Amino acid sequence: MASLTNRPHGAQTMAISLEVNGKTYELEIEPHELLLDVVRDRLGLTGAKRSCDVEVCGACTLLLDGRPVSSCTLPAFEARGKRVETIEGLAAGGKLHPLQESFIEHGGFQCGFCTPGMILAAKALLAENSNPSDEEIKHFMHGNICRCTGYKKIIESIHAAAEKLRR
Amino acid sequence: MLRRFRLEEPGSIPEASALLARHGETARIYAGGTELLLVMKEGLARYERLVNVKKIPGLDQIKLDNGSICIGALVTHRRLATDGLIMQHLPALVALEKNVANIRVREVGTIGGNLCFAEPHADPGTLLLALGASVIAAKGNDRREIPIEKFFVDAYESALADDELLAEIRIPRLPARSAGAYLKFGYLERPSVGVAVFLTLEGNAVREARIAVGCAGPTPRRVSAAEELLRGKSLDEASRRLDEAGAAAGRASDAISDLHGSKDYKEHIVGVLLKRAFTQAAEQCR
Repeated sequence: MASLTNRPHGAQTMAISLEVNGKTYELEIEPHELLLDVVRDRLGLTGAKRSCDVEVCGACTLLLDGRPVSSCTLPAFEARGKRVETIEGLAAGGKLHPLQESFIEHGGFQCGFCTPGMILAAKALLAENSNPSDEEIKHFMHGNICRCTGYKKIIESIHAAAEKLRR
Repeated sequence: MLRRFRLEEPGSIPEASALLARHGETARIYAGGTELLLVMKEGLARYERLVNVKKIPGLDQIKLDNGSICIGALVTHRRLATDGLIMQHLPALVALEKNVANIRVREVGTIGGNLCFAEPHADPGTLLLALGASVIAAKGNDRREIPIEKFFVDAYESALADDELLAEIRIPRLPARSAGAYLKFGYLERPSVGVAVFLTLEGNAVREARIAVGCAGPTPRRVSAAEELLRGKSLDEASRRLDEAGAAAGRASDAISDLHGSKDYKEHIVGVLLKRAFTQAAEQCR
Protein backbone atom coordinates (compact mmCIF):
# COMPACT_ATOMS: atom_id res chain seq x y z
CA MET A 1 0.00 0.00 0.00
CA ALA A 2 1.39 3.39 -0.98
CA SER A 3 1.38 6.52 1.14
CA LEU A 4 2.56 5.02 4.40
CA THR A 5 5.28 7.55 3.87
CA ASN A 6 7.50 9.15 6.46
CA ARG A 7 6.11 7.29 9.40
CA PRO A 8 8.49 7.96 12.25
CA HIS A 9 9.89 5.14 14.30
CA GLY A 10 7.56 4.28 17.16
CA ALA A 11 4.50 5.92 15.63
CA GLN A 12 1.25 4.42 16.88
CA THR A 13 -0.57 2.36 14.31
CA MET A 14 -4.00 0.82 14.35
CA ALA A 15 -5.20 -2.16 12.33
CA ILE A 16 -8.70 -1.38 11.21
CA SER A 17 -11.29 -3.15 9.12
CA LEU A 18 -13.92 -1.19 7.29
CA GLU A 19 -16.36 -1.79 4.46
CA VAL A 20 -16.23 0.68 1.59
CA ASN A 21 -18.88 0.41 -1.12
CA GLY A 22 -19.55 -3.20 -0.13
CA LYS A 23 -15.91 -4.27 -0.12
CA THR A 24 -14.01 -5.02 3.09
CA TYR A 25 -10.61 -3.41 3.57
CA GLU A 26 -8.04 -4.20 6.24
CA LEU A 27 -5.83 -1.15 6.73
CA GLU A 28 -3.08 -0.08 9.03
CA ILE A 29 -3.57 3.56 9.90
CA GLU A 30 -2.29 6.15 12.32
CA PRO A 31 -4.78 7.86 14.65
CA HIS A 32 -4.41 11.27 12.99
CA GLU A 33 -5.22 10.04 9.48
CA LEU A 34 -8.44 11.54 8.23
CA LEU A 35 -11.11 9.45 6.56
CA LEU A 36 -11.02 11.70 3.48
CA ASP A 37 -7.30 11.09 2.96
CA VAL A 38 -7.59 7.35 3.50
CA VAL A 39 -10.44 7.07 1.02
CA ARG A 40 -8.84 9.33 -1.59
CA ASP A 41 -5.15 8.49 -1.30
CA ARG A 42 -5.11 4.92 -0.11
CA LEU A 43 -8.25 3.54 -1.73
CA GLY A 44 -8.08 5.76 -4.81
CA LEU A 45 -11.67 6.91 -4.49
CA THR A 46 -11.39 10.58 -5.38
CA GLY A 47 -15.05 11.53 -5.68
CA ALA A 48 -15.11 13.15 -2.24
CA LYS A 49 -13.32 16.51 -2.35
CA ARG A 50 -11.35 18.53 0.15
CA SER A 51 -12.70 22.04 -0.15
CA CYS A 52 -13.45 24.22 2.90
CA ASP A 53 -11.73 21.75 5.25
CA VAL A 54 -13.83 23.04 8.17
CA GLU A 55 -17.07 20.97 7.97
CA VAL A 56 -19.02 23.74 6.31
CA CYS A 57 -19.22 23.09 2.56
CA GLY A 58 -20.11 19.40 2.27
CA ALA A 59 -17.81 18.58 -0.66
CA CYS A 60 -16.13 15.83 1.41
CA THR A 61 -19.44 14.24 2.50
CA LEU A 62 -19.34 10.46 2.85
CA LEU A 63 -21.92 8.16 4.38
CA LEU A 64 -20.87 6.27 7.50
CA ASP A 65 -23.39 3.56 8.30
CA GLY A 66 -25.77 5.53 6.10
CA ARG A 67 -25.31 8.87 7.85
CA PRO A 68 -23.55 11.88 6.31
CA VAL A 69 -20.20 12.93 7.79
CA SER A 70 -17.53 15.50 6.94
CA SER A 71 -14.69 13.16 6.07
CA CYS A 72 -12.22 16.09 6.05
CA THR A 73 -12.51 16.33 9.84
CA LEU A 74 -13.26 12.75 10.83
CA PRO A 75 -10.39 10.49 11.90
CA ALA A 76 -10.31 7.30 9.86
CA PHE A 77 -10.41 5.20 13.04
CA GLU A 78 -14.03 6.28 13.43
CA ALA A 79 -14.83 4.07 10.44
CA ARG A 80 -13.65 0.92 12.29
CA GLY A 81 -16.14 -1.86 11.70
CA LYS A 82 -18.44 0.49 9.83
CA ARG A 83 -19.85 0.81 6.36
CA VAL A 84 -18.60 3.69 4.23
CA GLU A 85 -20.37 4.77 1.06
CA THR A 86 -18.71 7.00 -1.52
CA ILE A 87 -20.10 8.32 -4.78
CA GLU A 88 -18.16 5.60 -6.62
CA GLY A 89 -20.34 2.95 -4.99
CA LEU A 90 -23.72 4.28 -6.03
CA ALA A 91 -24.02 2.96 -9.57
CA ALA A 92 -24.89 -0.73 -9.65
CA GLY A 93 -24.51 -3.15 -12.54
CA GLY A 94 -23.54 -0.38 -14.94
CA LYS A 95 -26.68 1.60 -14.09
CA LEU A 96 -26.57 4.95 -12.35
CA HIS A 97 -28.40 5.45 -9.06
CA PRO A 98 -31.73 7.30 -9.47
CA LEU A 99 -30.18 10.33 -7.76
CA GLN A 100 -27.33 10.39 -10.27
CA GLU A 101 -29.80 10.04 -13.15
CA SER A 102 -32.00 12.80 -11.82
CA PHE A 103 -29.09 15.21 -11.26
CA ILE A 104 -28.19 14.71 -14.95
CA GLU A 105 -31.77 14.96 -16.21
CA HIS A 106 -32.59 18.08 -14.19
CA GLY A 107 -29.30 19.98 -14.47
CA GLY A 108 -28.51 19.43 -10.80
CA PHE A 109 -24.83 20.24 -11.36
CA GLN A 110 -22.57 22.32 -13.54
CA CYS A 111 -18.91 22.14 -12.53
CA GLY A 112 -19.59 18.99 -10.51
CA PHE A 113 -17.25 19.69 -7.61
CA CYS A 114 -19.98 19.62 -4.95
CA THR A 115 -21.96 16.85 -6.64
CA PRO A 116 -20.57 13.72 -4.94
CA GLY A 117 -21.27 15.23 -1.52
CA MET A 118 -24.58 16.66 -2.65
CA ILE A 119 -25.80 13.29 -3.94
CA LEU A 120 -24.64 11.37 -0.87
CA ALA A 121 -26.34 13.86 1.47
CA ALA A 122 -29.50 13.55 -0.62
CA LYS A 123 -29.27 9.77 -0.37
CA ALA A 124 -29.21 10.02 3.44
CA LEU A 125 -32.19 12.38 3.32
CA LEU A 126 -34.26 10.08 1.12
CA ALA A 127 -33.41 7.10 3.32
CA GLU A 128 -35.23 8.76 6.22
CA ASN A 129 -37.82 10.75 4.27
CA SER A 130 -39.02 9.27 1.00
CA ASN A 131 -41.08 12.31 0.06
CA PRO A 132 -39.46 15.47 1.43
CA SER A 133 -40.95 18.93 0.93
CA ASP A 134 -38.89 21.79 -0.51
CA GLU A 135 -38.37 23.06 3.02
CA GLU A 136 -37.25 19.67 4.30
CA ILE A 137 -34.77 19.37 1.43
CA LYS A 138 -33.41 22.86 2.09
CA HIS A 139 -33.05 22.17 5.80
CA PHE A 140 -31.28 18.83 5.38
CA MET A 141 -29.05 20.05 2.53
CA HIS A 142 -28.28 23.40 4.17
CA GLY A 143 -24.68 22.31 4.83
CA ASN A 144 -23.91 21.36 1.22
CA ILE A 145 -22.78 24.37 -0.75
CA CYS A 146 -23.03 24.73 -4.54
CA ARG A 147 -21.68 27.80 -6.28
CA CYS A 148 -23.07 26.99 -9.75
CA THR A 149 -26.68 25.94 -9.76
CA GLY A 150 -28.41 28.35 -7.41
CA TYR A 151 -29.85 25.21 -5.73
CA LYS A 152 -33.21 25.27 -7.51
CA LYS A 153 -32.19 22.51 -9.89
CA ILE A 154 -30.67 20.49 -7.09
CA ILE A 155 -33.99 20.60 -5.26
CA GLU A 156 -35.78 19.58 -8.47
CA SER A 157 -33.30 16.73 -8.97
CA ILE A 158 -33.91 15.43 -5.45
CA HIS A 159 -37.68 15.56 -5.88
CA ALA A 160 -37.37 13.67 -9.16
CA ALA A 161 -35.11 11.03 -7.61
CA ALA A 162 -37.46 10.65 -4.65
CA GLU A 163 -40.29 9.99 -7.06
CA LYS A 164 -38.26 7.36 -8.94
CA LEU A 165 -37.28 5.67 -5.68
CA ARG A 166 -40.88 5.59 -4.47
CA ARG A 167 -42.07 3.78 -7.60
CA MET B 1 -3.40 18.95 8.10
CA LEU B 2 -3.82 17.11 11.34
CA ARG B 3 -0.58 16.56 13.23
CA ARG B 4 0.30 13.19 14.67
CA PHE B 5 -1.15 12.34 18.07
CA ARG B 6 -1.42 9.22 20.17
CA LEU B 7 -4.85 7.82 20.80
CA GLU B 8 -5.89 6.45 24.17
CA GLU B 9 -9.14 4.56 24.45
CA PRO B 10 -10.08 4.05 28.09
CA GLY B 11 -12.97 1.73 28.87
CA SER B 12 -14.09 3.46 32.05
CA ILE B 13 -14.27 6.89 33.68
CA PRO B 14 -11.59 6.08 36.31
CA GLU B 15 -9.24 4.95 33.52
CA ALA B 16 -9.96 8.12 31.56
CA SER B 17 -9.39 10.46 34.50
CA ALA B 18 -6.18 8.62 35.37
CA LEU B 19 -4.93 9.18 31.83
CA LEU B 20 -5.88 12.85 31.98
CA ALA B 21 -4.17 13.24 35.36
CA ARG B 22 -1.02 11.56 34.06
CA HIS B 23 -0.72 13.54 30.85
CA GLY B 24 -2.04 16.93 32.01
CA GLU B 25 -2.21 19.62 29.38
CA THR B 26 -0.62 17.46 26.71
CA ALA B 27 -3.82 15.40 26.49
CA ARG B 28 -7.37 16.34 25.60
CA ILE B 29 -10.64 14.47 25.62
CA TYR B 30 -12.01 13.49 22.22
CA ALA B 31 -15.78 12.98 22.11
CA GLY B 32 -16.70 13.64 18.48
CA GLY B 33 -14.04 16.10 17.43
CA THR B 34 -16.19 18.44 15.37
CA GLU B 35 -14.71 21.43 17.21
CA LEU B 36 -11.45 20.04 18.57
CA LEU B 37 -10.11 18.67 15.30
CA LEU B 38 -10.77 21.99 13.56
CA VAL B 39 -8.48 23.89 15.89
CA MET B 40 -5.92 21.08 15.81
CA LYS B 41 -5.90 21.11 12.01
CA GLU B 42 -5.38 24.87 12.06
CA GLY B 43 -2.48 24.42 14.48
CA LEU B 44 -4.25 26.61 17.07
CA ALA B 45 -4.04 23.84 19.63
CA ARG B 46 -1.62 20.94 19.87
CA TYR B 47 -2.10 17.79 21.89
CA GLU B 48 0.25 14.85 22.04
CA ARG B 49 -2.60 12.60 23.01
CA LEU B 50 -6.33 12.40 22.51
CA VAL B 51 -8.36 10.43 25.01
CA ASN B 52 -11.28 8.93 23.11
CA VAL B 53 -14.08 8.63 25.66
CA LYS B 54 -16.49 7.11 23.16
CA LYS B 55 -15.54 3.60 24.27
CA ILE B 56 -16.78 4.22 27.81
CA PRO B 57 -20.10 2.42 28.22
CA GLY B 58 -23.15 4.25 29.54
CA LEU B 59 -22.27 7.80 28.53
CA ASP B 60 -24.72 7.81 25.64
CA GLN B 61 -27.98 7.35 27.53
CA ILE B 62 -31.05 9.55 27.60
CA LYS B 63 -33.31 8.83 30.55
CA LEU B 64 -35.74 10.21 33.10
CA ASP B 65 -34.42 10.06 36.63
CA ASN B 66 -35.90 11.58 39.74
CA GLY B 67 -37.69 14.42 38.00
CA SER B 68 -34.80 15.24 35.69
CA ILE B 69 -34.07 14.46 32.10
CA CYS B 70 -30.56 13.02 32.04
CA ILE B 71 -28.54 13.25 28.87
CA GLY B 72 -25.24 11.39 28.60
CA ALA B 73 -22.28 13.44 27.42
CA LEU B 74 -21.84 11.31 24.30
CA VAL B 75 -25.36 11.85 22.96
CA THR B 76 -25.07 13.45 19.52
CA HIS B 77 -26.92 16.56 18.42
CA ARG B 78 -28.76 14.43 15.91
CA ARG B 79 -30.08 12.08 18.58
CA LEU B 80 -31.27 15.00 20.70
CA ALA B 81 -33.14 16.31 17.67
CA THR B 82 -34.92 13.01 17.10
CA ASP B 83 -35.21 11.27 20.49
CA GLY B 84 -38.75 10.51 21.69
CA LEU B 85 -38.15 11.38 25.34
CA ILE B 86 -36.55 14.72 24.47
CA MET B 87 -39.37 15.50 22.02
CA GLN B 88 -41.90 14.80 24.75
CA HIS B 89 -40.24 16.79 27.52
CA LEU B 90 -38.00 19.37 25.90
CA PRO B 91 -39.39 20.51 22.54
CA ALA B 92 -37.29 23.70 22.73
CA LEU B 93 -34.11 21.60 22.87
CA VAL B 94 -35.29 19.57 19.87
CA ALA B 95 -35.87 22.78 17.90
CA LEU B 96 -32.40 24.03 18.86
CA GLU B 97 -30.63 20.78 18.06
CA LYS B 98 -32.30 20.53 14.65
CA ASN B 99 -30.50 23.73 13.73
CA VAL B 100 -27.04 23.22 15.19
CA ALA B 101 -24.45 23.74 12.42
CA ASN B 102 -25.32 21.27 9.66
CA ILE B 103 -26.44 17.66 9.36
CA ARG B 104 -22.89 16.25 9.31
CA VAL B 105 -21.84 18.09 12.46
CA ARG B 106 -25.09 17.05 14.16
CA GLU B 107 -24.40 13.40 13.31
CA VAL B 108 -20.91 13.39 14.84
CA GLY B 109 -20.81 16.18 17.41
CA THR B 110 -21.83 15.39 20.98
CA ILE B 111 -23.59 17.55 23.55
CA GLY B 112 -20.81 16.92 26.09
CA GLY B 113 -18.12 17.87 23.62
CA ASN B 114 -20.03 20.98 22.67
CA LEU B 115 -20.31 22.17 26.29
CA CYS B 116 -16.74 21.28 27.29
CA PHE B 117 -15.21 22.98 24.28
CA ALA B 118 -17.03 26.14 25.43
CA GLU B 119 -16.88 27.77 22.02
CA PRO B 120 -18.65 31.11 22.55
CA HIS B 121 -20.60 30.87 19.31
CA ALA B 122 -22.50 27.71 20.22
CA ASP B 123 -26.19 27.12 20.87
CA PRO B 124 -26.91 24.49 23.58
CA GLY B 125 -25.37 26.18 26.63
CA THR B 126 -27.67 29.19 26.33
CA LEU B 127 -30.87 27.16 26.42
CA LEU B 128 -29.51 24.93 29.19
CA LEU B 129 -28.99 28.07 31.29
CA ALA B 130 -32.62 29.10 30.85
CA LEU B 131 -33.80 25.56 31.59
CA GLY B 132 -31.90 25.50 34.89
CA ALA B 133 -29.70 22.57 33.93
CA SER B 134 -26.67 21.20 35.71
CA VAL B 135 -23.85 18.91 34.68
CA ILE B 136 -22.34 15.93 36.44
CA ALA B 137 -18.56 16.04 36.48
CA ALA B 138 -16.79 12.73 37.06
CA LYS B 139 -13.29 11.90 38.23
CA GLY B 140 -12.38 8.39 39.26
CA ASN B 141 -15.42 7.22 41.20
CA ASP B 142 -16.27 10.72 42.44
CA ARG B 143 -19.13 12.77 41.05
CA ARG B 144 -20.02 16.40 41.60
CA GLU B 145 -22.91 18.40 40.26
CA ILE B 146 -22.12 21.79 38.74
CA PRO B 147 -24.95 24.23 38.01
CA ILE B 148 -24.62 25.25 34.38
CA GLU B 149 -24.21 28.92 35.49
CA LYS B 150 -20.92 27.91 37.07
CA PHE B 151 -19.79 25.69 34.19
CA PHE B 152 -18.84 28.29 31.60
CA VAL B 153 -15.81 30.15 32.95
CA ASP B 154 -14.57 31.96 29.85
CA ALA B 155 -14.32 31.47 26.12
CA TYR B 156 -13.06 27.91 25.57
CA GLU B 157 -12.81 27.35 29.31
CA SER B 158 -15.10 25.28 31.52
CA ALA B 159 -15.14 24.66 35.26
CA LEU B 160 -13.93 21.07 34.83
CA ALA B 161 -10.64 20.16 36.45
CA ASP B 162 -7.94 18.81 34.14
CA ASP B 163 -8.71 15.24 35.11
CA GLU B 164 -12.49 15.55 35.22
CA LEU B 165 -14.97 14.40 32.59
CA LEU B 166 -18.41 15.69 31.90
CA ALA B 167 -20.56 12.58 32.34
CA GLU B 168 -24.11 13.83 32.12
CA ILE B 169 -26.37 16.84 31.71
CA ARG B 170 -29.42 17.04 33.96
CA ILE B 171 -32.40 19.17 33.08
CA PRO B 172 -35.29 19.47 35.54
CA ARG B 173 -38.63 18.40 34.11
CA LEU B 174 -40.70 21.40 33.18
CA PRO B 175 -43.46 22.31 35.66
CA ALA B 176 -47.02 22.66 34.38
CA ARG B 177 -47.68 25.61 32.05
CA SER B 178 -43.99 26.03 31.31
CA ALA B 179 -42.07 26.25 28.09
CA GLY B 180 -38.70 27.24 26.77
CA ALA B 181 -37.73 28.85 23.48
CA TYR B 182 -34.38 29.48 21.83
CA LEU B 183 -33.83 31.76 18.87
CA LYS B 184 -30.62 32.73 17.14
CA PHE B 185 -29.46 35.02 14.39
CA GLY B 186 -26.27 35.30 12.44
CA TYR B 187 -24.94 35.76 8.95
CA LEU B 188 -21.81 33.64 9.19
CA GLU B 189 -21.66 29.89 9.79
CA ARG B 190 -22.07 30.36 13.53
CA PRO B 191 -24.68 32.49 15.30
CA SER B 192 -23.94 36.11 16.23
CA VAL B 193 -26.49 36.05 19.02
CA GLY B 194 -28.66 33.40 20.68
CA VAL B 195 -31.42 34.07 23.22
CA ALA B 196 -33.23 31.53 25.37
CA VAL B 197 -36.37 32.21 27.41
CA PHE B 198 -37.99 29.89 29.93
CA LEU B 199 -41.39 30.79 31.34
CA THR B 200 -43.82 29.36 33.84
CA LEU B 201 -47.29 30.91 33.86
CA GLU B 202 -49.73 30.88 36.75
CA GLY B 203 -53.19 32.22 36.09
CA ASN B 204 -52.47 35.13 33.84
CA ALA B 205 -49.14 35.94 35.44
CA VAL B 206 -45.51 35.19 34.69
CA ARG B 207 -44.56 33.15 37.71
CA GLU B 208 -41.03 32.39 36.55
CA ALA B 209 -38.90 33.90 33.80
CA ARG B 210 -35.34 32.80 33.11
CA ILE B 211 -33.52 34.43 30.25
CA ALA B 212 -30.08 33.66 28.88
CA VAL B 213 -28.00 35.20 26.12
CA GLY B 214 -25.26 33.40 24.24
CA CYS B 215 -22.74 34.01 21.44
CA ALA B 216 -22.66 37.79 22.06
CA GLY B 217 -19.77 37.62 24.54
CA PRO B 218 -17.21 35.10 25.81
CA THR B 219 -19.74 32.85 27.59
CA PRO B 220 -23.50 32.35 27.63
CA ARG B 221 -25.00 34.05 30.67
CA ARG B 222 -28.25 34.58 32.54
CA VAL B 223 -29.49 38.16 32.30
CA SER B 224 -31.27 38.64 35.61
CA ALA B 225 -31.90 42.37 35.03
CA ALA B 226 -34.25 41.38 32.19
CA GLU B 227 -35.82 38.52 34.16
CA GLU B 228 -36.72 40.83 37.04
CA LEU B 229 -38.65 43.13 34.72
CA LEU B 230 -40.93 40.27 33.68
CA ARG B 231 -41.18 37.94 36.68
CA GLY B 232 -44.37 38.31 38.72
CA LYS B 233 -46.03 40.53 36.12
CA SER B 234 -49.26 39.81 34.31
CA LEU B 235 -48.68 38.50 30.78
CA ASP B 236 -50.06 41.76 29.38
CA GLU B 237 -47.75 43.89 31.47
CA ALA B 238 -44.78 41.65 30.78
CA SER B 239 -45.53 41.90 27.07
CA ARG B 240 -45.57 45.69 27.33
CA ARG B 241 -42.21 45.60 29.09
CA LEU B 242 -40.46 43.46 26.48
CA ASP B 243 -38.68 46.44 24.87
CA GLU B 244 -37.31 47.41 28.25
CA ALA B 245 -36.39 43.80 29.08
CA GLY B 246 -34.72 43.39 25.68
CA ALA B 247 -32.61 46.49 26.26
CA ALA B 248 -31.67 45.30 29.75
CA ALA B 249 -30.72 41.88 28.37
CA GLY B 250 -28.60 43.51 25.69
CA ARG B 251 -26.73 45.58 28.28
CA ALA B 252 -26.24 42.55 30.50
CA SER B 253 -25.13 40.26 27.67
CA ASP B 254 -21.45 41.23 27.88
CA ALA B 255 -21.47 41.63 24.11
CA ILE B 256 -18.16 42.22 22.38
CA SER B 257 -17.46 43.51 18.89
CA ASP B 258 -16.07 40.83 16.62
CA LEU B 259 -16.49 39.33 13.15
CA HIS B 260 -20.06 38.42 14.03
CA GLY B 261 -21.09 42.03 14.62
CA SER B 262 -20.44 45.12 16.70
CA LYS B 263 -21.37 45.34 20.36
CA ASP B 264 -24.28 47.73 19.61
CA TYR B 265 -25.55 45.52 16.84
CA LYS B 266 -25.51 42.40 19.01
CA GLU B 267 -27.22 44.21 21.88
CA HIS B 268 -29.96 45.28 19.50
CA ILE B 269 -30.41 41.75 18.16
CA VAL B 270 -30.62 40.43 21.74
CA GLY B 271 -33.64 42.69 22.27
CA VAL B 272 -35.32 41.58 19.05
CA LEU B 273 -34.79 37.89 19.78
CA LEU B 274 -35.87 38.23 23.41
CA LYS B 275 -39.26 39.62 22.36
CA ARG B 276 -39.80 36.85 19.84
CA ALA B 277 -38.61 34.09 22.17
CA PHE B 278 -40.80 35.37 25.00
CA THR B 279 -43.84 35.42 22.74
CA GLN B 280 -43.07 31.92 21.46
CA ALA B 281 -42.55 30.50 24.95
CA ALA B 282 -45.69 32.21 26.30
CA GLU B 283 -47.78 30.70 23.50
CA GLN B 284 -46.44 27.25 24.27
CA CYS B 285 -47.21 27.55 27.99
CA ARG B 286 -50.94 27.76 27.42
